[in-house]
Amino acid sequence: MESGALAIVSLSRRVAHSLEAWATRRGLCKDQHSSNITHNPTIRGRVKTLKLELRGITKSFGALVANDHIDLVVESGQIHSLLGENGAGKSTLMNVLYGLYEPTSGEILVDDKAVKFSGPSDAMAAGIGMVHQHFMLVPVFTVAENVALGAEAISFGGVLNLDATRKKIREISDKFGFDVDPDALVEDLPVGVQQRVEIIKALVRNSKILILDEPTAVLTPQETDELMDIMGQLRDGGTSIVFISHKLREVKAISDTITVIRRGKVVGSADPSASTTELAALMVGRAVNLNLNKSDAQPGEETFKVTDLTVMSDDGVRLLDNVSLSVSQGEILAIAGVQGNGQTELTEAVLGLRKHAVGSITLDGKELLGSSVRQVLDSGVGFVPEDRQDDGLVGEMSIAENLILDLYKKAPYSRRGTLNRAVIAKNSVEKVAEFDVRAQSPQDAANTLSGGNQQKVVLARELARPLKLFIASQPTRGVDVGSIEFLHKRIVAERDAGTPVIIVSTELDEVLELADRIAVLFAGRLMGIVPGKSSRALLGLMMAGLNAEEAQEHMKTQDAQNAQGDQP
Amino acid sequence: MSIAAKTKTLQHADAVAVRSWKTPILLGVLALFAVVVFIILGPNGHATFRISQENDLWQVPNLVVPAKGVGIVVSLITLALAYLAYSQTKTVGKISRWVLMTFTVVFVIGLMVWIIGGTTTQNITLVGLFTGAMLITTPLVFGSMSGVLSERAGVVNIAIEGQLLAGAFTAALVSSITHNAFAGLFAAAAAGVLVSALLALFSIKYIVNQIIVGVVLNVLVAGLTGFLFEKIMKTKVNGETIYNQPTHLPDLPIPFLSQIPIIGPTFFRQSIIGYLMIILVVALWFGLFRTRWGLRVRAVGEHPKAADTVGINVNRTRVMNVLLGGAVAGIGGAYFTLVAVSSFSKDMTGGLGFIALAALIFGRWNPIGAALAALLFGVAGNLQSILSLAGTPIDGQFLAMLPYALTILAVSGFVGKAMSPAASGEPYVKE
Repeated sequence: MESGALAIVSLSRRVAHSLEAWATRRGLCKDQHSSNITHNPTIRGRVKTLKLELRGITKSFGALVANDHIDLVVESGQIHSLLGENGAGKSTLMNVLYGLYEPTSGEILVDDKAVKFSGPSDAMAAGIGMVHQHFMLVPVFTVAENVALGAEAISFGGVLNLDATRKKIREISDKFGFDVDPDALVEDLPVGVQQRVEIIKALVRNSKILILDEPTAVLTPQETDELMDIMGQLRDGGTSIVFISHKLREVKAISDTITVIRRGKVVGSADPSASTTELAALMVGRAVNLNLNKSDAQPGEETFKVTDLTVMSDDGVRLLDNVSLSVSQGEILAIAGVQGNGQTELTEAVLGLRKHAVGSITLDGKELLGSSVRQVLDSGVGFVPEDRQDDGLVGEMSIAENLILDLYKKAPYSRRGTLNRAVIAKNSVEKVAEFDVRAQSPQDAANTLSGGNQQKVVLARELARPLKLFIASQPTRGVDVGSIEFLHKRIVAERDAGTPVIIVSTELDEVLELADRIAVLFAGRLMGIVPGKSSRALLGLMMAGLNAEEAQEHMKTQDAQNAQGDQP
Repeated sequence: MSIAAKTKTLQHADAVAVRSWKTPILLGVLALFAVVVFIILGPNGHATFRISQENDLWQVPNLVVPAKGVGIVVSLITLALAYLAYSQTKTVGKISRWVLMTFTVVFVIGLMVWIIGGTTTQNITLVGLFTGAMLITTPLVFGSMSGVLSERAGVVNIAIEGQLLAGAFTAALVSSITHNAFAGLFAAAAAGVLVSALLALFSIKYIVNQIIVGVVLNVLVAGLTGFLFEKIMKTKVNGETIYNQPTHLPDLPIPFLSQIPIIGPTFFRQSIIGYLMIILVVALWFGLFRTRWGLRVRAVGEHPKAADTVGINVNRTRVMNVLLGGAVAGIGGAYFTLVAVSSFSKDMTGGLGFIALAALIFGRWNPIGAALAALLFGVAGNLQSILSLAGTPIDGQFLAMLPYALTILAVSGFVGKAMSPAASGEPYVKE
């Protein structure tokens, strides 16, 4: 009964949010430009808030123009989303705003006054706080030390007074329900909590504008929901938020205003009520088919089996704990989970890159565990590693050479120990055309390509041979939407050709898009394998450590509670 | 059947729990060494340790032990501990800390008794061992504090050797000319700062590889001081090398404290540099771990970008720390010519700057740890001269190797994984 009441409270809060957002959007508070009404704390019962404006910001790195005359107005007390693909220039813009980069031209206005930031301390002094995509936390420091850093409370002689900082952390933590222990070491905290530490860092410095750079990239769906709640609370407390993301669903859910950036330019703004297709088209610059529309799988024989696989780290930690799964021919098994829950170890164990692995991995009845990497590859395994720049490609070598990295020993690419350059060149021309790699020439170094095109090269190489198993880790991480479409189609085509396919992805969107079945890993253990059309909520619960049955049970009771809550 | 199969695989999985057999094997070998050398090849007779000096406040009688008897006891204890280490590795996977520490202490005692029992005089003065050790320890501590200062801020300082040498030379020259040892001390600090300034300029401003800059600076200082030594210091005026007769810093014994056996002569009968060393180690520890300055320095060394995003000037912090480190090492260099020996000689630091680096790693970048490591290296180094005086049959060359062998063991991670500041050696460049 109590939870029913809670549901009503949260419902009414949500209604209040949306009413307010609606009022703002309707221009009921339009006069804020002229009369500074929002800046008067008595009118809306808020603390002083800031209005932020960017005018004609241009930032170029040599010949590359990352930001091209960007104009942006963040109204006070709003959540303003910056939507754009990876590499569109969102982060660069925010680094300019935060004083990390100096703009080539253009100006920043806070409350209609031009300001100049020579470093982050200026930006912070002006009330701007930032939560970076890669957290700016010192792993070996405690939460309190990290929060104190740069704004230390000190007693005589510069001696640290961490108690004052701890008190502030507890205050903020209690106010927003963060549940952060000031004395925990940051490296021991889950990423979701680390992110809250970053937010606390900004709040301790009295930030009125909070920039969140791709904050949901590292979170589970539940953590994302919690973050959204926190963002709403902060906005209601008078903090303006700039939310940077390429995830349409999240942007639509939380924003008051959306600005879309493409190739360093503002290409338009949109209302959160705009459809996903519209937003995607704006972001990519052409109509994008977001739905893969793949046909149902026609699973054949189960040829790939992992049985009781356990992988230990060098110091005896179980990275993978008794995992068993199997994949059939013509089927895609997606492995979901938050980064660092054993996915990497699983793929590496299959490939023979892991010491301390026991159990069994069989392909066509043949045991792979204990074989060398070359033996595994020769038995017909294609592998796209999660980090293409470190493991997938040799950046300094040409595209043509990268395309035969695993085949260089074999005819026709080499003969009696000598590379056959003509054949290699011919192969590269064919592959570049087939996979639509946008390169000046196949002889260019691989690291001159964009992320999406690099990934196409990796995929082209791995799919070049007849495969008995195809494994792709994070196949579309950091890849533009246009290329994602292409890469996904190729992966499905490989499935339809009858290859068992394993996709490892931390992006739930991608998992749901591709999977015929979904296996969820948490802390190295398999939480269960569920059908490809499972709900996000279910997967989210499993990613947080509930096994499939528990998660389903939990969903049922929640549904029941919601039903109760809806009938007052 | 299926349940049985399952338990079987589970056991199988547990068996792969990662075990490192390196340590138990090493301990076992050392214990066998003890049995063979301390008992079978051990000397008869007694080993005498002289503890008090005549003018000490109270007299402690000499410690006399039967060499072979100690050898037997030590061997038995080490064997037992080695077995314990083996069984702990097998069952728990980890060896308790106390096992390793007790093993080390007992083994070192056995080694000392064996060596001294084997000398012709069969006795050793512990005071001499420790006071002599300070001759090595003092510059080592200053050198490693220089390392702590710059590496905690993220700059690898290989140039400690050069900083020491520059300090030693400048102190000798200035003290000889001015006849004022304190002028020499300040000049030495300045010379250290100068070497540091070059390190900072090239490694921070021009982003040259820090290790290469450090090595080059060492060669540069060695060459420069060697050249100036030949050209200036060897010049004779009225038949005397007046530019290489530095006035020394006086000893300042602290009343009462200096008369405690062993500790008194070692720590409380020193020149100003010796006391500075103790203050420096404590102050640096407090500064690094308890003050705002230290928090910022450590942040810069661990995650410079994080420090930058909270408004800390990374490169200024680094430059300041490297310069400060230079001053510290320069003072350490002055110890050679203003306290330890009478005059400057070519390349007189003899690689101590590198040993200081090892002490830094051994002490895990912690000022107090590094100072203790420096003390250990000092004792090991001095043992050689003490033993050759006592008439040991062991070859002097072999004993001279001891500190370096210890260094290799220390640096190669037998004392646990060394955790260096994460950004040490990485330049910080803003786009």
